[in-house]
Amino acid sequence: MLKITNLHANVAGKPILKGLNLDLKAGEIHAIMGPNGAGKSTLGNVLAGREGYEVTAGEVLFNGKNLLEMEPEERACEGVFLAFQYPVEIPGVNNTYFLRAALNAQRKYRGEAELDSAGFLRLVREKLEILHIGDGLLHRAVNEGFSGGEKKRNEIFQMAVLEPTLAILDETDSGLDIDALKTVAEGVNRLRSEDRGMIVVTHYQRLLEYIVPDKVHVLADGQLVATGGADLALKLEEQGYAWLDDGGIASLDSNNAEQTLSP
Amino acid sequence: MSGESSTIDGLVEQKYQHGFVTDIESDTLPPGLSEDVIRAISKRKDEPEWLLEWRLKAYASWLEMEQPDWAHLKIDPIDFQAISYFSAPKSDKDRPQSLDDVDPKLLETYDKLGVPLHERARLAGVAVDAVFDSVSVGTTFKAELQKAGVIFCSFSEAVKDHPELVQKYLGSVVPQRDNYFAALNCAVFTDGSFVFIPKGVRCPMELSTYFRINAAETGQFERTLIVAEEGSHVSYLEGCTAPMRDENQLHAAVVELIALDDANIKYSTVQNWYPGDENGVGGIYNFVTKRGDCRGPRSRISWTQVETGSAITWKYPSCILRGDDSVGEFYSVALTSNYQQADTGTKMIHIGRNTRSKIISKGISAMQGQNAYRGLVRVTPRAENARNYTQCDSMLIGKKCGAHTFPYIEVRNPTAKVEHEATTSRIGEDQLFYCLQRGISEEDAVSMIVDGFCKQVFKELPMEFAVEAKALLEVSLEGAVG
Repeated sequence: MLKITNLHANVAGKPILKGLNLDLKAGEIHAIMGPNGAGKSTLGNVLAGREGYEVTAGEVLFNGKNLLEMEPEERACEGVFLAFQYPVEIPGVNNTYFLRAALNAQRKYRGEAELDSAGFLRLVREKLEILHIGDGLLHRAVNEGFSGGEKKRNEIFQMAVLEPTLAILDETDSGLDIDALKTVAEGVNRLRSEDRGMIVVTHYQRLLEYIVPDKVHVLADGQLVATGGADLALKLEEQGYAWLDDGGIASLDSNNAEQTLSP
Repeated sequence: MSGESSTIDGLVEQKYQHGFVTDIESDTLPPGLSEDVIRAISKRKDEPEWLLEWRLKAYASWLEMEQPDWAHLKIDPIDFQAISYFSAPKSDKDRPQSLDDVDPKLLETYDKLGVPLHERARLAGVAVDAVFDSVSVGTTFKAELQKAGVIFCSFSEAVKDHPELVQKYLGSVVPQRDNYFAALNCAVFTDGSFVFIPKGVRCPMELSTYFRINAAETGQFERTLIVAEEGSHVSYLEGCTAPMRDENQLHAAVVELIALDDANIKYSTVQNWYPGDENGVGGIYNFVTKRGDCRGPRSRISWTQVETGSAITWKYPSCILRGDDSVGEFYSVALTSNYQQADTGTKMIHIGRNTRSKIISKGISAMQGQNAYRGLVRVTPRAENARNYTQCDSMLIGKKCGAHTFPYIEVRNPTAKVEHEATTSRIGEDQLFYCLQRGISEEDAVSMIVDGFCKQVFKELPMEFAVEAKALLEVSLEGAVG
């Protein structure tokens, strides 16, 4: 579904991604972990097409299409969803209105009929039920005055309504207490499906106790320096990221780590 | 991020949609201002002697005054002798008795502006006193209003039919010498609207006037006077558009509102005059004096304005809270784009006891637009327990525009409570990207964000006007990104 080859990207002229490779298949969840400044958030922003993130080399194919040639809103309509690390407040714009505008823009792009208010409300109620979220956030302005947990839940709610093919969760666990974390993780798990791929970017292993990934990648200095199963995350938790710098990659248990060292 | 300003700048570029000129031969005085011109205006309008004297007195004051320069505005010198002070559609000589008699071309013009008079009036139940250039050409629903005892007519008609009311209230809120532009208006005003709501009457419909400046080089000087007697209610809508012009056109209106005991006046404006082109050439100079006098106890005056047009806006709709327990409100959205400049705000003068005022101001600046809020809250010594709440928010779109806030607070009574909140935000690249990432186009995103920003003000507008105002902002911001 998503194939990233030798991706290089600059932010403000400074190279951040330096030859990243990733192959994500439909139905898989990949976790990307790594120290601060490794380029984790950059990856999500580059895939979503944010301005100021300049791709200098490499290729990203999404369902066979060249993702990097598309405008950000086209990518969204093609099914790329980014759950923001810091969801943005839009004062005065009703959350439901916003989400309906988004869904209908996407439906229009795909040549589907737009949903009327009644149809949209039915869909929304159904999703809220699946995610066990109350309808309080429907009546409020987009993220305005939301607590950290509410903002993240709202992201997952939007994801449920928009039903993307590729979801990128950028540090969705940051700033959440354990209960909020569980709710969010539960939401994500309910949205796991055979035709949906997910990339979960996180700094801590904690989230991966609740969202069990198919693969864990370690991102350091702009490249994926190691790939393993879910237990790689545990090792990172125990030993931190420092050992990566000390040639620790070589010490990874070769049984569960397919090494993907780039030159 | 680097691409932001270029992206957003594109969205603000939007051609003025009402730029067309109706081909009606105008009966226009040659340019120039003198006592003779004022006498000529008064004569053409067949005015009583007292009104001519009143004009001449104002003119004498004006000659001694100087154009104010304290506003945060750059104004090219105005040659008052190059302006023609009277212009009326030719058909004025033979005044239309009903809308059917109105010059079809004129009605067509209103059609282009999206103001189909009959339809709008009939369907929406709105009486429209349409001012085309300087003379009123049609007033509808007069009979129905008459039944309620409401007088809604052009200013000229009021001078003829209700001279005692006009004489009693004219200049009682904005005196002739009040300020430079008001004095000019007093001297040369040609027409406008007059509203009188008698004691205890709730006006059965919203009253609406569409102004339109048409003849080239003609300053327009309207005069609006609204009197609400004890316990009466009225909601008045004013909306404006003007055709495209290269020369700056001067507009200096005066609006006076008088609310007696327990009366309630709601005055809403959507202003969309020609703002000049993308290089800052042309556009209307809008120097308006609007003031309401809460003369009686428990009276209320509420100003709501959406200002998107004009090259220069100088406008401070104000309330004098004279009556005890009276309430003044000011809700404003002002948008400046390209080279537009606006210095606008309000004055709330607390004189009576327990008077309350509320100010919600939303300024939006895009391209090279400059937007200033200037507001005065004055609590006089006898205004026990006065309350004011001011919220003043500015939004910047792009990087070359400016927002400025000049609050003046003068409190001379220790029991007063005055609150002032101000914020400035930029339509963030992050807000835009958030919308884009959900699949919403850039244009839709910007209008959504701006609409959200203005919500507190839009909800004060009558429903139909709110829809228009929202559309107007969208049109004004179209092309600002992209």
